[in-house]
Amino acid sequence: MSRDTTASLPTGLGRRDFLAAASVALSGGMAGCAGVFAEEGNQVNIAGSSTVFPVTEAIASAFSEENPTVNLSLSKTGTGGGFGNFFCAGRTDINNASRAIADAEIEQCGENDITPIEFQVATDALTVVVNPEADWVDCLTVDELHDIWRAGGAERWSDINEDWPDEEFELYGAATTSGTFDYFNEAIIGEEENHRSDYHATERDRTIVQGVQGSEYAMGYFGFSYYSENPNSIKALSIDDDGACVEPSIETAMSGEYTPLSRPLFIYVAKESLADPAVRDFARFYMERAATDLVSEVGYVPITEDQRDENVSKLDEAIAEVTE
Amino acid sequence: MAADTQEASVDSGFGQISRTKDVAFRLLALAATLIGIVSLAALLLNVAVDAVGWLDWGFLTNPPHPNPNNAGFLPALVGSIAIMIMIALVTFPLGVGAAIYLEEYASDGYLTRFIQLNIANLAGVPSVVYGLLGLGLFVGLFNIGYGSVLAAAFTVALLILPIVIISAQEAIRSVPDSQRQASYGMGATKWQTIRNVVLPRAMPGIMTGTILALGRAIGETAPLIMIAAPTTVFGVPNSLLSKVSAMPLQIYNWASYPQTEFQYGVVAAGVVTLLVILLTINSVAIIIRNRYQQRT
Repeated sequence: MSRDTTASLPTGLGRRDFLAAASVALSGGMAGCAGVFAEEGNQVNIAGSSTVFPVTEAIASAFSEENPTVNLSLSKTGTGGGFGNFFCAGRTDINNASRAIADAEIEQCGENDITPIEFQVATDALTVVVNPEADWVDCLTVDELHDIWRAGGAERWSDINEDWPDEEFELYGAATTSGTFDYFNEAIIGEEENHRSDYHATERDRTIVQGVQGSEYAMGYFGFSYYSENPNSIKALSIDDDGACVEPSIETAMSGEYTPLSRPLFIYVAKESLADPAVRDFARFYMERAATDLVSEVGYVPITEDQRDENVSKLDEAIAEVTE
Repeated sequence: MAADTQEASVDSGFGQISRTKDVAFRLLALAATLIGIVSLAALLLNVAVDAVGWLDWGFLTNPPHPNPNNAGFLPALVGSIAIMIMIALVTFPLGVGAAIYLEEYASDGYLTRFIQLNIANLAGVPSVVYGLLGLGLFVGLFNIGYGSVLAAAFTVALLILPIVIISAQEAIRSVPDSQRQASYGMGATKWQTIRNVVLPRAMPGIMTGTILALGRAIGETAPLIMIAAPTTVFGVPNSLLSKVSAMPLQIYNWASYPQTEFQYGVVAAGVVTLLVILLTINSVAIIIRNRYQQRT
């Protein structure tokens, strides 16, 4: 009996302690809630293209080391998904885009009183790849690419060139929600015809690499950075636009020789969000760093210093308008 | 000695066949056990070997980075812990409250049985469905921000609430009825009985169930994807409405990076971190259970 009471005493204390601790934690949580619901500060939200993702990730990581109190969030939604569901709906401050904003998206932003400002932050060389065993092909003309990827076009390698094997293509490409798809469609297929739909479509570039590695007769396309990380396991094709084969590389994209598949990459900043000091600081930081090695390290071409100066003055103008 | 021979003769009388079957079944059961254990050990070993050289102090304290050598886990780590704390604050009072009502107050009518049936079914609903509910309810209707700490915590809390309720009910049911009757016999009210007799006795079971449920919650990815939790977060959450990433989400994201260093080294380091935290939570549950059991 006496043992029982001594045993229950610490339990009682423990319970009281626990209740006290729980109530302190709860009231602390409530107080936190009250302060938090009033204001959401030091938060920068970014969504959009998975192609631009590594650039923004590199810059955000560097920014966060200097400004640890700012909470930056970054989502991969595809260019169109980012504009439609996040940026133009007022949920994010910045959208990554691997193509220019469409008219319908500008309209949608306008309905929600959001003014997108465009900044070019890098250049990409969209890369067409084949299996390393495919030794018959090193270079394709734009017309040949067009014939391979258009709806109702070539079915077999021998349809393009009689010397090539009489085997069917196995095609891997970007999904239709992707800015990469939009760009390839515009540059190679054109408006009169459609991109074929009987290919393996994916948002994950790694799937394309695995597919092309798996078959001698496969072909795929994606952003240059993914190729530059896997240069031995897949083979990049040179592209012949007007008589000369040009291989995809940071140098050829920068000099403008690699046409028509070198493309500008953008971020769009909501003008209204620039009123927030955290967004302002991050945008400034981004513009300055876009012309440095941070960008070439992740496999893209940095913008020139002239372009950077242009971006910075554009940004300063917008900031001046918002903060006045 | 005589007994031994007698037993042997009885054994052989039963037939040689049953003995072979006995051994065969034993081996079969052993094989079933070994397949699970061996594959688990192989997985852990494989991941641990891959993580060597990647899991260091820098990994635990840096933000994510596209270069695998600089990539860090801090925002996801802190994010997961923040979500966990909020989930515990939400599920513990709700889960225990519901269990007390169902066990101590509710009469055993059709309504109670209907509620009971629903809770049991809710525990088996796939997590992606709870994600959809969280998206509609917390992100859409209550508008507490996509991918925020609160939205993530409430959504996953709903997911594990049925498990917490069921385990708390079982703990309360296991308190002997004679102790309740003794308490009433001393003139105690129902509230006093629950507070002084039932809850202290049931607490180890309730705590174990809750902590194990939290262990399940920490690995959940699908509901977080559904409420549009960001792919990556830089900087630790600074308010309850901050966007938050969690460890499994960050691991999933890394697995799709082009560099093989990410696909093996960095992902493995993340997995080891997640497992260590999960095992810590589970061992805390075991310690709590043992401590309370020694007392009672």
